[in-house]
Amino acid sequence: MGLTPVLTAHWDEPKSFDIENYQKHAGYVALTNSLKMTPDEVIGVVKDSGLRGRGGAGFPTGLKWSFVPQNDGKPHYLVVNADESEPGACKDIPLMLANPHSLVEGVAIAAYAIRANHAFIYIRGEVPHAIRRVMNAVEQAYAQGLLGKNIKNSGFDLDVVVHTGAGAYICGEETALLDSLEGRRGQPRLKPPFPAVAGLYASPTVVNNAETLASVPSIILNGADWFKSMGTEKSPGFKLFAVSGHVKRPGIYEAALGTPMSELLDYAGGMKQGRDLKFWIPGGSSVPMLTPEHIDIPMTYEDLAAAGTMLGTGTPMMFDKTTSVVKAVSRWLEFYKHESCGKCTPCREGTYWITGVLEKFEHGVGKEHELELINDICGQIAGRSFCALGDAAATPFPGAMKYFASEFEEATRKPVDVSFPPERTKIFSTVGVM
Amino acid sequence: MTLTSDNKATNTQELITATIDGIQMQVPKGTLIIRAAEKMGTFVPRFCDHPSLAPVAACRMCLVEIEGMPKPQPSCAIPLTEGMVVKTQMTSKVAEDAQAGVMEFLLINHPLDCPVCDKGGECPLQNQAMTAGRTESRFEIEKRTFPKPLELSTEILLDRERCVECARCTRFSEEIAGDPFIELLERGAKQQVGIATDEPFNSYFSGNTVQICPVGALTSSAYRFRSRPFDLVSVKTTCEHCAAGCSLRTDYRRETVMRRLAWEDPEVNEDWNCDKGRFAFGYLKTNRLTQPKVRNLDGNQIDALWPDAVDIAAAGLANAQGKVAVLLGGRLTLEDAYAYSKFARVALGTNNIDFRNRDHSEEEQQFLGSAVAGNHNSVTYKELENAQNVILVSFEPEEESPIIFLRLRKAMQKGNLKVTAIAPYLSKGLEKLNAEVVATKPGEEGKVLSGIDIVENSIILIGERAAAIPGLLSVALEVSNKTQSKISWIPRRAGERGALEAGALPALLPGARPVADASARSEVAKVWGVSNSKIPSEPGLDHSQIIKAAINGELKALIIAGLDVLDAPDPKLFSEAINAVDFVITIGVQENSLTRYANVSLPVAPVTEKSGTFINWEGRPRPFGKAIGSTNALTDARVLSMIAESMDLDFGLQIIEDLRMELSELGIWNGSKLEKPQFESKEIVDFKNDNVILSTWHQLLDEGAMQVGEEHLAGTQKSSVAYLSEETAKQNNLTTGDLVTVLNTRGSITLPLEIIEMVNKVIWIPFNSKDSKVKQSLGAKEGDIMLIEKGKV
Repeated sequence: MGLTPVLTAHWDEPKSFDIENYQKHAGYVALTNSLKMTPDEVIGVVKDSGLRGRGGAGFPTGLKWSFVPQNDGKPHYLVVNADESEPGACKDIPLMLANPHSLVEGVAIAAYAIRANHAFIYIRGEVPHAIRRVMNAVEQAYAQGLLGKNIKNSGFDLDVVVHTGAGAYICGEETALLDSLEGRRGQPRLKPPFPAVAGLYASPTVVNNAETLASVPSIILNGADWFKSMGTEKSPGFKLFAVSGHVKRPGIYEAALGTPMSELLDYAGGMKQGRDLKFWIPGGSSVPMLTPEHIDIPMTYEDLAAAGTMLGTGTPMMFDKTTSVVKAVSRWLEFYKHESCGKCTPCREGTYWITGVLEKFEHGVGKEHELELINDICGQIAGRSFCALGDAAATPFPGAMKYFASEFEEATRKPVDVSFPPERTKIFSTVGVM
Repeated sequence: MTLTSDNKATNTQELITATIDGIQMQVPKGTLIIRAAEKMGTFVPRFCDHPSLAPVAACRMCLVEIEGMPKPQPSCAIPLTEGMVVKTQMTSKVAEDAQAGVMEFLLINHPLDCPVCDKGGECPLQNQAMTAGRTESRFEIEKRTFPKPLELSTEILLDRERCVECARCTRFSEEIAGDPFIELLERGAKQQVGIATDEPFNSYFSGNTVQICPVGALTSSAYRFRSRPFDLVSVKTTCEHCAAGCSLRTDYRRETVMRRLAWEDPEVNEDWNCDKGRFAFGYLKTNRLTQPKVRNLDGNQIDALWPDAVDIAAAGLANAQGKVAVLLGGRLTLEDAYAYSKFARVALGTNNIDFRNRDHSEEEQQFLGSAVAGNHNSVTYKELENAQNVILVSFEPEEESPIIFLRLRKAMQKGNLKVTAIAPYLSKGLEKLNAEVVATKPGEEGKVLSGIDIVENSIILIGERAAAIPGLLSVALEVSNKTQSKISWIPRRAGERGALEAGALPALLPGARPVADASARSEVAKVWGVSNSKIPSEPGLDHSQIIKAAINGELKALIIAGLDVLDAPDPKLFSEAINAVDFVITIGVQENSLTRYANVSLPVAPVTEKSGTFINWEGRPRPFGKAIGSTNALTDARVLSMIAESMDLDFGLQIIEDLRMELSELGIWNGSKLEKPQFESKEIVDFKNDNVILSTWHQLLDEGAMQVGEEHLAGTQKSSVAYLSEETAKQNNLTTGDLVTVLNTRGSITLPLEIIEMVNKVIWIPFNSKDSKVKQSLGAKEGDIMLIEKGKV
């Protein structure tokens, strides 16, 4: 199907992140055009394009914007979720490093559409290099009158604040993010009210993923039909696919939705050292794993759902056969345990319990009945936790058991480090090349 | 304990129809599923849910199945909607499994130390584990542990291992009390309740968190490891600490009170009470008088038998030949105060009786007699909750009537109440009410009150301190009339309103009847079975006049009941008065500084050992029964009956039934009441640079007589500091951190100074706190002019 470089089109140019370079390629023209339209027209174009949220849930962006009540007399807020923390996900951060202006322009257009005069870009605190780039881009945009008062004489004012998180995965959950932004402890809020009605400072708020907003300027510039010419009917457009793991050239490949994983893997140079693919996850650790037999499934929301998994963040992690599934699942669960906010019982206690039991399997002393126990625990978390983080934590184990039950059974007898010597699985290792 | 009472249902009239467990029902729109299920008799298990707190849906224990929703939903957070079909654990496997799963999770890290846990036997976790838990644990790895207990304050201890992170305590502290001293810290399985360094959980309402904790995580130092719930006998009682009238549950074991809890009363204290009411009952066992004492010919006090002591008392009173007065404290029950009121008139032939062992005035008596006593249309808690405008005059709700504070805060949070306070500064308590303060010097409250714009139908709450300010109560009544605003008088002590209704004042007979009114006298005389002439027609002496008369040798005997000289308007003069009279009878629960002056000292029963009634500030009777029966302690009324009998009088009032019958026979007085007070305000005279006006009030937790013996509670007292404005401090070369000395001709008080935003030329100090005892050290009252100077270390 081929690559479709839009966001990544000029990443290889010198100072691709600079406003000068961005404007060389029609940067901020979409904003100027948008300001000549009515906000509802802008929402209309985005709705027509079928753009879906790139943060994982895939909610239609235009529809989300249209939920914001109009003429309600309250301030509206746009909040950018750039708290990219999902294990395996690495697309928003490179985007903000290489092309921060696409995000800033997208923010300005979206804020105009939802009648917000304040926007906040919430960036994960551990990536100061990306934070600096975005702050710099915001400053450059202010300097040129693309942000601030009366943008391009349109009468539209917009202030953009770059805010850094303090290192909690839960703050990627939109309502926890809002709490964190308000200076509170980041924990998800009870819904309803939904952010569109009472979000930041109890005012109507749209929370969008960074990649989603960065995709908006190109849609305004080229039209909804252009966008829909890529991808499928239900998953239109292009997408940043961040391929990682045991591949020769891990990196970001921008392609139309619907591109099969096999093709993305080719772009990434295939599996490292010619080893066979053992399993892969299409979009972050929160989505169930797949096996080589699924390699030709088109990467769309609908096709992956049909295969029992999800597109998620669209950041495939590829694992070769030196990898212990038991250990991988155990690490993911450690992550979820560490990042569980503690608010609800299933996630807080369930992740504590699962990790404790999985540790036994890592040491080869798990009991067979404990596999059923872990499965039960996952069942007791899934669908019963307060937010989606609990569901995410309950995903890896059943997904792994579906295809690799025998490996867990082996771990009742043999430590995984014996079955899968860790030195062989290290990406840069040349030890024991097969 | 956390079930919802019917009174808490939403007010909305609109009904919706929905189905729970196959049963169709109509409930008011907005009713949460968990409440509706409860109404039809199905208890959905819960931990974080509490009817008085906003839903959080955190514990996930109450998951139920809702038709059309893919996942089980928290019934505590979702209102029933028209046509909704809900299945609880009674009819749904999904709900049952979900609840069982959550229960299993809650128990994995729980220490299961029920046999040594205070909560064991009354624990929602224990109880619900019986219905939703497994018989055997599947948890075989190591439990999470924490060092324990963690001292959140000297009174509240936290056992983090037992905590189920329901956040009831933190939500209570933030939402209800407005004291977010405790907060959830850390995350995941390490999440725990905690306090900031050096900021202990010193909230006046902290004890409520122990009560609403659904596990044994929060315990009180005072009760921890003292008893098991199943060894306790629980009795519904009324709190004796202030005029709020809280319903309490008193738990005792082997005639000893072990603990007290708030008893839910939607009309009064809702689910809550304050820490003083909850924890201060050590006085019941401290310095108790159990035996009558009489002074022998050598002048020594010796133990006496009741009949002898009573005879000596009666003889002493007879000797005094009408030159007798009765001084009461503000903590008597309605019945006991009534007995004194009747005794003064019938047995002593005098109107010299006053319950106001605090700053008082003739103006106040007229105010009470004209606008408070017998008023059956007083403000209620409910009215406060629905009020738009409340004006506070000489009244600091959090310190002086904490349950009013909670109700005002509730109303404020609903968004419909504006509180205006006429006060010298914006206190922390007023801040929590989002109150606007009109910065006022003590003495100028009346001027300010008549000067500010008051919306019609406001409510004016005026504290007992107003009596110290000449003219204030007169102005307050005028303003209340002019603006058609109700006015309510908020005494501090539990017995004041009852004593007022009982006629324990020099110008009033029971039921707001003026002594000077002939038909009022004859109504009362008829019930008392005495001739009309028996009741003197002239008003008697009030407290200060009695003290003065005694010093001047115009009185021969005093009956002093239920009071401590340390609380007196002027303790020094009080002591002089006692020394000046020939014969003193003291009647009280505890031995105090007065007892040693007594010719006859007679012990009486504390609230736990008798039946009675307190009339709270609303005028609402709060009757209570005897909790502990075996001590045979006598009521004041019974003791007075015995003395009267020894004087050959047919007094009645032997038993509580007699008292209540007589009170009801007296009925309502339809005649005219006392004249409204019309007193002039006093202009504040010009004063010198180092002069300031004294402002002072009681802090809820202080050195009060009924808080003795409660070290843990005392540890949560506020520290004693003096407040000055920046300008006044500067004029006196003082700065924050300095010691400041307040002095008058009587004595001085030295405290650390804190500079706050407040009215100039005023110093505020605590009334009866550690290192700041205004009455004992200064004999002063609010509004007095004092000298200040830099204090010496």
